Amino acid sequence: MSELAKLLPMALDLILLTSVVVLAALVLGGHRRATGRNDARRRVILFIAFGLLLALLWASLGAPDVALAEAAIGAGFAGALLFAATNALPVEAENKVSAARHAGPAPVGHGLEWLINFGIAAFAILLLGALWLSLPALDTDRLGPAVRTVLPETGVSNPVTAVLLNLRAFDTLLEIAVLLTAALAIRQLGPARAASAAPEGMLTALVPWLVPALILTAGYLLWVGAHAPGGAFQAGAMLAAAGVVLHLTGRSGGGLPSPRWQPWALIAAVAVFLAVGLAGLALNGVFLGYRGASASVLILLIETAATLGIAAMLISAYLGGDGGGDEAGDEAGQAPGAPR
Amino acid sequence: MTALELIAAPLIIAGVGFFLVGSLGVLRLPDLHSRLHAVTKADNLGLGLIASGLALQADGLAEAAKYLAIWLAILPASAVAGHLIARLALRDARTAEAHKPTRTPS
Repeated sequence: MSELAKLLPMALDLILLTSVVVLAALVLGGHRRATGRNDARRRVILFIAFGLLLALLWASLGAPDVALAEAAIGAGFAGALLFAATNALPVEAENKVSAARHAGPAPVGHGLEWLINFGIAAFAILLLGALWLSLPALDTDRLGPAVRTVLPETGVSNPVTAVLLNLRAFDTLLEIAVLLTAALAIRQLGPARAASAAPEGMLTALVPWLVPALILTAGYLLWVGAHAPGGAFQAGAMLAAAGVVLHLTGRSGGGLPSPRWQPWALIAAVAVFLAVGLAGLALNGVFLGYRGASASVLILLIETAATLGIAAMLISAYLGGDGGGDEAGDEAGQAPGAPR
Repeated sequence: MTALELIAAPLIIAGVGFFLVGSLGVLRLPDLHSRLHAVTKADNLGLGLIASGLALQADGLAEAAKYLAIWLAILPASAVAGHLIARLALRDARTAEAHKPTRTPS
Protein backbone atom coordinates (compact mmCIF):
# COMPACT_ATOMS: atom_id res chain seq x y z
CA MET A 1 0.00 0.00 0.00
CA SER A 2 2.77 2.43 0.93
CA GLU A 3 4.67 1.60 -2.26
CA LEU A 4 1.56 2.35 -4.29
CA ALA A 5 1.21 5.63 -2.41
CA LYS A 6 4.77 6.49 -3.48
CA LEU A 7 4.31 5.37 -7.06
CA LEU A 8 1.08 7.27 -7.75
CA PRO A 9 2.50 10.81 -7.43
CA MET A 10 5.44 9.72 -9.57
CA ALA A 11 3.10 8.41 -12.24
CA LEU A 12 1.13 11.67 -12.10
CA ASP A 13 4.36 13.68 -12.50
CA LEU A 14 5.39 11.53 -15.42
CA ILE A 15 2.02 12.06 -17.15
CA LEU A 16 2.27 15.81 -16.52
CA LEU A 17 5.84 15.97 -17.83
CA THR A 18 4.96 14.01 -20.96
CA SER A 19 1.91 16.21 -21.61
CA VAL A 20 4.00 19.38 -21.20
CA VAL A 21 6.62 18.16 -23.68
CA VAL A 22 3.97 16.98 -26.17
CA LEU A 23 2.10 20.30 -25.88
CA ALA A 24 5.34 22.24 -26.43
CA ALA A 25 5.94 20.20 -29.59
CA LEU A 26 2.34 20.86 -30.74
CA VAL A 27 2.72 24.62 -30.17
CA LEU A 28 5.86 24.71 -32.32
CA GLY A 29 5.12 21.97 -34.83
CA GLY A 30 2.04 20.97 -36.72
CA HIS A 31 1.06 22.20 -40.13
CA ARG A 32 3.95 24.09 -41.64
CA ARG A 33 1.77 25.50 -44.39
CA ALA A 34 -1.06 26.76 -42.24
CA THR A 35 0.00 30.28 -41.28
CA GLY A 36 -3.35 32.08 -41.04
CA ARG A 37 -5.07 33.54 -38.04
CA ASN A 38 -6.92 30.36 -37.19
CA ASP A 39 -3.74 28.32 -37.08
CA ALA A 40 -2.07 30.96 -34.90
CA ARG A 41 -5.06 30.90 -32.54
CA ARG A 42 -4.93 27.13 -32.34
CA ARG A 43 -1.28 27.40 -31.32
CA VAL A 44 -2.06 30.08 -28.73
CA ILE A 45 -4.72 27.85 -27.15
CA LEU A 46 -2.18 25.02 -27.02
CA PHE A 47 0.33 27.44 -25.49
CA ILE A 48 -2.14 28.37 -22.74
CA ALA A 49 -2.77 24.68 -22.02
CA PHE A 50 1.02 24.21 -21.95
CA GLY A 51 1.37 27.04 -19.41
CA LEU A 52 -1.36 25.63 -17.16
CA LEU A 53 0.18 22.14 -17.15
CA LEU A 54 3.60 23.69 -16.49
CA ALA A 55 2.04 25.47 -13.49
CA LEU A 56 0.73 22.10 -12.22
CA LEU A 57 4.22 20.68 -12.65
CA TRP A 58 5.73 23.54 -10.61
CA ALA A 59 3.06 22.98 -7.93
CA SER A 60 3.90 19.29 -7.78
CA LEU A 61 7.60 20.19 -7.41
CA GLY A 62 6.64 22.15 -4.28
CA ALA A 63 7.08 25.60 -5.83
CA PRO A 64 3.60 27.17 -5.51
CA ASP A 65 4.97 30.71 -5.98
CA VAL A 66 6.40 29.83 -9.37
CA ALA A 67 3.23 27.88 -10.21
CA LEU A 68 1.05 30.92 -9.45
CA ALA A 69 3.28 33.20 -11.51
CA GLU A 70 3.33 30.75 -14.42
CA ALA A 71 -0.47 30.35 -14.38
CA ALA A 72 -1.19 34.09 -14.01
CA ILE A 73 1.49 35.55 -16.28
CA GLY A 74 2.85 32.69 -18.44
CA ALA A 75 -0.48 31.10 -19.32
CA GLY A 76 -3.01 33.83 -18.56
CA PHE A 77 -1.54 37.17 -19.50
CA ALA A 78 0.88 35.99 -22.17
CA GLY A 79 -2.05 34.04 -23.66
CA ALA A 80 -4.12 37.24 -23.82
CA LEU A 81 -1.19 39.14 -25.38
CA LEU A 82 -0.67 36.43 -28.01
CA PHE A 83 -4.40 36.31 -28.78
CA ALA A 84 -4.37 40.08 -29.27
CA ALA A 85 -1.39 39.66 -31.61
CA THR A 86 -3.22 37.08 -33.75
CA ASN A 87 -5.73 39.80 -34.66
CA ALA A 88 -2.99 41.44 -36.72
CA LEU A 89 -2.73 38.34 -38.91
CA PRO A 90 -4.74 38.04 -42.12
CA VAL A 91 -7.78 35.79 -41.69
CA GLU A 92 -7.22 33.42 -44.57
CA ALA A 93 -3.52 33.49 -45.16
CA GLU A 94 -3.33 29.73 -45.45
CA ASN A 95 -3.26 29.70 -49.21
CA LYS A 96 -1.82 33.09 -49.98
CA VAL A 97 1.10 33.05 -47.61
CA SER A 98 2.15 29.53 -48.41
CA ALA A 99 1.86 30.38 -52.08
CA ALA A 100 4.00 33.46 -51.54
CA ARG A 101 6.43 31.33 -49.63
CA HIS A 102 6.81 28.86 -52.44
CA ALA A 103 6.90 31.46 -55.17
CA GLY A 104 9.27 33.79 -53.33
CA PRO A 105 12.82 33.21 -52.22
CA ALA A 106 11.92 29.89 -50.65
CA PRO A 107 15.44 28.42 -50.40
CA VAL A 108 16.72 31.41 -48.40
CA GLY A 109 13.75 31.29 -46.02
CA HIS A 110 14.25 27.58 -45.61
CA GLY A 111 17.95 28.00 -44.91
CA LEU A 112 17.22 30.66 -42.30
CA GLU A 113 14.64 28.42 -40.68
CA TRP A 114 17.17 25.64 -40.42
CA LEU A 115 19.75 28.03 -38.99
CA ILE A 116 17.29 29.20 -36.30
CA ASN A 117 16.32 25.62 -35.46
CA PHE A 118 19.98 24.63 -35.27
CA GLY A 119 20.78 27.61 -33.05
CA ILE A 120 17.93 26.78 -30.64
CA ALA A 121 18.95 23.12 -30.52
CA ALA A 122 22.59 24.02 -29.86
CA PHE A 123 21.55 26.42 -27.09
CA ALA A 124 19.30 23.78 -25.52
CA ILE A 125 22.16 21.28 -25.52
CA LEU A 126 24.44 23.90 -23.95
CA LEU A 127 21.85 24.56 -21.21
CA LEU A 128 21.43 20.83 -20.56
CA GLY A 129 25.20 20.47 -20.32
CA ALA A 130 25.44 23.36 -17.86
CA LEU A 131 22.62 21.85 -15.79
CA TRP A 132 24.33 18.46 -15.79
CA LEU A 133 27.61 19.99 -14.62
CA SER A 134 25.90 21.98 -11.88
CA LEU A 135 23.85 19.08 -10.50
CA PRO A 136 26.54 17.66 -8.14
CA ALA A 137 27.00 21.12 -6.62
CA LEU A 138 23.34 21.34 -5.62
CA ASP A 139 23.74 19.08 -2.59
CA THR A 140 26.57 20.99 -0.98
CA ASP A 141 25.67 24.51 -1.98
CA ARG A 142 21.99 24.98 -1.29
CA LEU A 143 20.84 28.45 -0.37
CA GLY A 144 17.62 27.37 1.40
CA PRO A 145 19.19 26.97 4.88
CA ALA A 146 21.05 30.26 4.48
CA VAL A 147 17.77 32.05 3.70
CA ARG A 148 16.01 30.40 6.64
CA THR A 149 18.64 31.61 9.13
CA VAL A 150 18.15 35.28 8.16
CA LEU A 151 14.39 34.98 7.56
CA PRO A 152 13.37 36.60 10.91
CA GLU A 153 15.24 39.79 9.97
CA THR A 154 13.72 40.17 6.51
CA GLY A 155 10.30 41.35 7.66
CA VAL A 156 8.30 38.56 5.98
CA SER A 157 7.85 34.87 6.73
CA ASN A 158 7.51 33.62 3.13
CA PRO A 159 11.10 32.75 2.10
CA VAL A 160 10.34 33.41 -1.59
CA THR A 161 9.16 36.95 -0.85
CA ALA A 162 12.15 37.41 1.49
CA VAL A 163 14.52 36.61 -1.38
CA LEU A 164 12.63 38.61 -4.02
CA LEU A 165 11.89 41.74 -2.01
CA ASN A 166 14.73 41.85 0.49
CA LEU A 167 17.79 39.64 0.04
CA ARG A 168 17.87 39.96 -3.76
CA ALA A 169 15.65 43.03 -4.09
CA PHE A 170 18.10 44.51 -6.59
CA ASP A 171 17.26 41.73 -9.10
CA THR A 172 13.54 42.35 -8.70
CA LEU A 173 14.06 46.10 -9.18
CA LEU A 174 15.87 45.42 -12.46
CA GLU A 175 13.15 42.94 -13.50
CA ILE A 176 10.48 45.60 -13.05
CA ALA A 177 12.68 48.11 -14.88
CA VAL A 178 12.89 45.70 -17.84
CA LEU A 179 9.07 45.47 -17.83
CA LEU A 180 8.86 49.29 -17.75
CA THR A 181 11.24 49.55 -20.71
CA ALA A 182 9.09 47.11 -22.68
CA ALA A 183 5.86 48.94 -21.77
CA LEU A 184 7.38 52.31 -22.77
CA ALA A 185 8.58 50.87 -26.08
CA ILE A 186 5.11 49.45 -26.81
CA ARG A 187 3.55 52.86 -26.09
CA GLN A 188 5.65 54.37 -28.88
CA LEU A 189 3.96 52.12 -31.44
CA GLY A 190 1.08 54.54 -31.94
CA PRO A 191 -2.45 54.69 -30.60
CA ALA A 192 -3.85 51.75 -28.67
CA ARG A 193 -6.12 49.19 -30.31
CA ALA A 194 -9.78 50.04 -30.18
CA ALA A 195 -11.75 48.11 -27.59
CA SER A 196 -13.91 45.20 -28.68
CA ALA A 197 -17.54 46.04 -29.26
CA ALA A 198 -19.55 45.83 -26.08
CA PRO A 199 -20.96 42.31 -26.07
CA GLU A 200 -24.55 41.58 -25.28
CA GLY A 201 -25.79 38.73 -23.16
CA MET A 202 -24.00 36.66 -20.59
CA LEU A 203 -20.56 38.30 -20.70
CA THR A 204 -22.00 41.74 -19.93
CA ALA A 205 -23.77 40.21 -16.95
CA LEU A 206 -20.55 38.61 -15.75
CA VAL A 207 -18.29 41.69 -15.91
CA PRO A 208 -19.76 43.58 -12.90
CA TRP A 209 -19.02 40.48 -10.82
CA LEU A 210 -15.75 39.43 -12.42
CA VAL A 211 -13.84 42.73 -12.28
CA PRO A 212 -14.40 43.38 -8.54
CA ALA A 213 -13.61 39.71 -7.84
CA LEU A 214 -10.31 40.06 -9.75
CA ILE A 215 -9.41 43.25 -7.86
CA LEU A 216 -10.22 41.54 -4.55
CA THR A 217 -8.10 38.52 -5.53
CA ALA A 218 -5.23 40.83 -6.46
CA GLY A 219 -5.43 42.49 -3.06
CA TYR A 220 -5.49 39.10 -1.37
CA LEU A 221 -2.46 37.85 -3.33
CA LEU A 222 -0.58 41.06 -2.48
CA TRP A 223 -1.31 40.78 1.23
CA VAL A 224 -0.81 37.02 1.55
CA GLY A 225 2.59 37.23 -0.18
CA ALA A 226 4.21 38.16 3.14
CA HIS A 227 3.61 34.75 4.68
CA ALA A 228 2.34 32.42 1.93
CA PRO A 229 2.65 32.02 -1.86
CA GLY A 230 1.65 35.22 -3.64
CA GLY A 231 3.13 38.63 -4.23
CA ALA A 232 3.32 41.65 -6.46
CA PHE A 233 3.76 39.92 -9.82
CA GLN A 234 0.82 37.56 -9.33
CA ALA A 235 -1.34 40.34 -7.91
CA GLY A 236 -0.35 42.67 -10.75
CA ALA A 237 -1.29 40.02 -13.30
CA MET A 238 -4.72 39.66 -11.62
CA LEU A 239 -5.33 43.42 -11.81
CA ALA A 240 -4.16 43.43 -15.42
CA ALA A 241 -6.62 40.60 -16.13
CA ALA A 242 -9.38 42.90 -14.86
CA GLY A 243 -8.11 45.51 -17.34
CA VAL A 244 -8.15 43.00 -20.18
CA VAL A 245 -11.75 42.02 -19.34
CA LEU A 246 -12.75 45.71 -19.40
CA HIS A 247 -11.05 46.24 -22.77
CA LEU A 248 -12.70 43.10 -24.18
CA THR A 249 -16.11 44.38 -23.14
CA GLY A 250 -15.95 47.75 -24.81
CA ARG A 251 -14.03 50.02 -22.41
CA SER A 252 -11.13 51.26 -24.50
CA GLY A 253 -9.07 52.55 -21.56
CA GLY A 254 -8.77 49.02 -20.18
CA GLY A 255 -9.16 50.40 -16.65
CA LEU A 256 -6.04 52.56 -16.89
CA PRO A 257 -6.25 55.96 -15.19
CA SER A 258 -6.74 59.12 -17.24
CA PRO A 259 -3.90 60.08 -19.63
CA ARG A 260 -2.62 62.64 -17.18
CA TRP A 261 -2.02 60.03 -14.49
CA GLN A 262 -0.92 57.15 -16.71
CA PRO A 263 2.82 57.99 -16.69
CA TRP A 264 2.73 58.05 -12.87
CA ALA A 265 0.96 54.69 -12.74
CA LEU A 266 3.54 53.21 -15.12
CA ILE A 267 6.58 54.39 -13.18
CA ALA A 268 5.01 53.83 -9.74
CA ALA A 269 6.72 50.47 -9.21
CA VAL A 270 10.24 51.54 -10.19
CA ALA A 271 9.94 54.95 -8.53
CA VAL A 272 8.84 53.66 -5.12
CA PHE A 273 11.36 50.80 -5.28
CA LEU A 274 14.18 53.25 -6.06
CA ALA A 275 13.03 55.70 -3.38
CA VAL A 276 13.06 52.98 -0.72
CA GLY A 277 16.44 51.78 -1.98
CA LEU A 278 17.95 55.28 -1.81
CA ALA A 279 16.45 55.83 1.64
CA GLY A 280 18.22 52.65 2.72
CA LEU A 281 21.44 54.03 1.28
CA ALA A 282 21.05 57.28 3.19
CA LEU A 283 20.05 55.73 6.51
CA ASN A 284 22.00 52.47 6.62
CA GLY A 285 24.65 53.03 4.00
CA VAL A 286 23.35 50.07 1.95
CA PHE A 287 21.28 50.43 -1.23
CA LEU A 288 17.97 48.58 -0.62
CA GLY A 289 19.27 47.76 2.85
CA TYR A 290 16.32 47.26 5.18
CA ARG A 291 16.27 44.81 8.08
CA GLY A 292 14.26 44.24 11.21
CA ALA A 293 11.13 46.05 12.31
CA SER A 294 10.70 48.53 9.46
CA ALA A 295 11.37 45.92 6.74
CA SER A 296 7.84 44.48 6.62
CA VAL A 297 6.27 47.93 6.18
CA LEU A 298 8.76 48.86 3.47
CA ILE A 299 8.21 45.55 1.64
CA LEU A 300 4.44 46.07 1.75
CA LEU A 301 4.94 49.61 0.40
CA ILE A 302 7.14 48.37 -2.47
CA GLU A 303 4.80 45.48 -3.25
CA THR A 304 1.71 47.70 -3.31
CA ALA A 305 3.39 50.13 -5.71
CA ALA A 306 4.76 47.20 -7.73
CA THR A 307 1.29 45.61 -8.02
CA LEU A 308 -0.25 48.83 -9.34
CA GLY A 309 2.74 49.54 -11.59
CA ILE A 310 2.95 46.02 -13.00
CA ALA A 311 -0.79 46.03 -13.70
CA ALA A 312 -0.50 49.39 -15.50
CA MET A 313 2.48 48.15 -17.54
CA LEU A 314 0.80 44.86 -18.48
CA ILE A 315 -2.47 46.57 -19.49
CA SER A 316 -0.46 49.07 -21.48
CA ALA A 317 1.29 46.20 -23.28
CA TYR A 318 -2.06 44.54 -23.95
CA LEU A 319 -3.55 47.73 -25.41
CA GLY A 320 -0.60 47.64 -27.83
CA GLY A 321 0.03 51.36 -27.97
CA ASP A 322 -0.35 54.68 -26.26
CA GLY A 323 -3.36 54.24 -23.98
CA GLY A 324 -3.46 57.98 -23.33
CA GLY A 325 -5.21 58.81 -26.59
CA ASP A 326 -8.43 60.68 -27.05
CA GLU A 327 -10.63 57.75 -26.17
CA ALA A 328 -9.12 56.75 -22.84
CA GLY A 329 -10.44 59.79 -21.03
CA ASP A 330 -14.10 58.93 -21.40
CA GLU A 331 -13.81 55.83 -19.27
CA ALA A 332 -11.34 57.15 -16.77
CA GLY A 333 -13.97 58.40 -14.36
CA GLN A 334 -15.64 55.04 -13.91
CA ALA A 335 -12.82 52.66 -14.75
CA PRO A 336 -12.52 50.32 -11.81
CA GLY A 337 -9.34 48.72 -13.16
CA ALA A 338 -5.78 49.19 -12.07
CA PRO A 339 -4.44 52.09 -10.10
CA ARG A 340 -6.77 54.63 -8.61
CA MET B 1 -11.65 5.42 7.51
CA THR B 2 -13.42 8.16 9.32
CA ALA B 3 -17.04 9.01 8.72
CA LEU B 4 -16.09 12.14 6.76
CA GLU B 5 -13.86 10.13 4.43
CA LEU B 6 -16.69 7.66 3.88
CA ILE B 7 -18.85 10.53 2.62
CA ALA B 8 -16.03 12.26 0.74
CA ALA B 9 -14.73 9.27 -1.22
CA PRO B 10 -17.97 8.53 -3.15
CA LEU B 11 -18.32 12.26 -3.92
CA ILE B 12 -14.82 12.43 -5.41
CA ILE B 13 -15.22 9.17 -7.33
CA ALA B 14 -18.54 10.38 -8.75
CA GLY B 15 -16.88 13.67 -9.68
CA VAL B 16 -14.10 11.90 -11.54
CA GLY B 17 -16.80 9.86 -13.30
CA PHE B 18 -18.49 13.04 -14.53
CA PHE B 19 -15.15 14.37 -15.79
CA LEU B 20 -14.55 11.09 -17.63
CA VAL B 21 -17.96 11.23 -19.28
CA GLY B 22 -17.45 14.90 -20.18
CA SER B 23 -14.07 14.19 -21.75
CA LEU B 24 -15.50 11.23 -23.61
CA GLY B 25 -18.21 13.54 -24.92
CA VAL B 26 -15.61 16.00 -26.24
CA LEU B 27 -13.90 13.18 -28.07
CA ARG B 28 -16.96 11.32 -29.35
CA LEU B 29 -19.77 13.80 -29.98
CA PRO B 30 -20.25 14.87 -33.61
CA ASP B 31 -20.20 18.68 -33.60
CA LEU B 32 -18.98 21.67 -31.61
CA HIS B 33 -22.28 22.54 -29.96
CA SER B 34 -22.90 19.08 -28.54
CA ARG B 35 -19.27 18.89 -27.42
CA LEU B 36 -19.65 22.20 -25.56
CA HIS B 37 -22.82 20.84 -24.01
CA ALA B 38 -20.93 17.83 -22.69
CA VAL B 39 -17.88 19.68 -21.42
CA THR B 40 -19.57 22.65 -19.70
CA LYS B 41 -22.22 20.64 -17.91
CA ALA B 42 -20.50 17.40 -16.98
CA ASP B 43 -17.25 19.11 -15.91
CA ASN B 44 -19.02 21.71 -13.77
CA LEU B 45 -20.92 19.01 -11.90
CA GLY B 46 -17.77 16.86 -11.65
CA LEU B 47 -15.75 19.76 -10.25
CA GLY B 48 -18.52 20.53 -7.74
CA LEU B 49 -18.53 16.94 -6.50
CA ILE B 50 -14.72 16.80 -6.26
CA ALA B 51 -14.58 20.21 -4.51
CA SER B 52 -17.24 19.08 -2.01
CA GLY B 53 -15.34 15.84 -1.38
CA LEU B 54 -12.08 17.72 -0.80
CA ALA B 55 -13.81 20.36 1.34
CA LEU B 56 -15.10 17.61 3.67
CA GLN B 57 -11.51 16.46 4.23
CA ALA B 58 -10.01 19.97 4.54
CA ASP B 59 -8.12 21.19 7.62
CA GLY B 60 -10.51 23.76 8.94
CA LEU B 61 -13.27 25.89 7.57
CA ALA B 62 -11.04 28.36 5.69
CA GLU B 63 -9.58 25.63 3.47
CA ALA B 64 -13.01 24.11 2.85
CA ALA B 65 -14.34 27.53 1.87
CA LYS B 66 -11.46 27.90 -0.61
CA TYR B 67 -12.40 24.65 -2.37
CA LEU B 68 -15.98 25.82 -2.68
CA ALA B 69 -14.79 29.27 -3.85
CA ILE B 70 -12.86 27.56 -6.67
CA TRP B 71 -16.05 25.84 -7.78
CA LEU B 72 -18.10 29.03 -7.52
CA ALA B 73 -15.50 30.87 -9.63
CA ILE B 74 -15.43 28.20 -12.31
CA LEU B 75 -19.24 27.89 -12.63
CA PRO B 76 -19.96 31.29 -14.25
CA ALA B 77 -16.62 31.36 -16.10
CA SER B 78 -17.30 28.01 -17.76
CA ALA B 79 -20.91 28.84 -18.55
CA VAL B 80 -20.01 32.20 -20.14
CA ALA B 81 -17.02 30.78 -22.03
CA GLY B 82 -19.22 28.01 -23.44
CA HIS B 83 -21.85 30.59 -24.39
CA LEU B 84 -19.26 32.78 -26.15
CA ILE B 85 -17.73 29.88 -28.09
CA ALA B 86 -21.17 28.68 -29.18
CA ARG B 87 -22.16 32.20 -30.35
CA LEU B 88 -18.94 32.63 -32.28
CA ALA B 89 -19.32 29.23 -33.93
CA LEU B 90 -22.92 30.06 -34.86
CA ARG B 91 -21.85 33.41 -36.36
CA ASP B 92 -18.99 31.80 -38.30
CA ALA B 93 -21.33 29.14 -39.62
CA ARG B 94 -23.79 31.82 -40.82
CA THR B 95 -21.06 33.85 -42.56
CA ALA B 96 -19.75 30.69 -44.21
CA GLU B 97 -23.30 29.89 -45.36
CA ALA B 98 -23.74 33.39 -46.76
CA HIS B 99 -20.46 33.23 -48.66
CA LYS B 100 -20.93 29.71 -49.96
CA PRO B 101 -22.07 30.41 -53.53
CA THR B 102 -19.31 32.94 -54.24
CA ARG B 103 -16.49 30.86 -52.84
CA THR B 104 -14.16 29.40 -55.43
CA PRO B 105 -13.14 25.82 -54.87
CA SER B 106 -9.45 25.55 -54.08
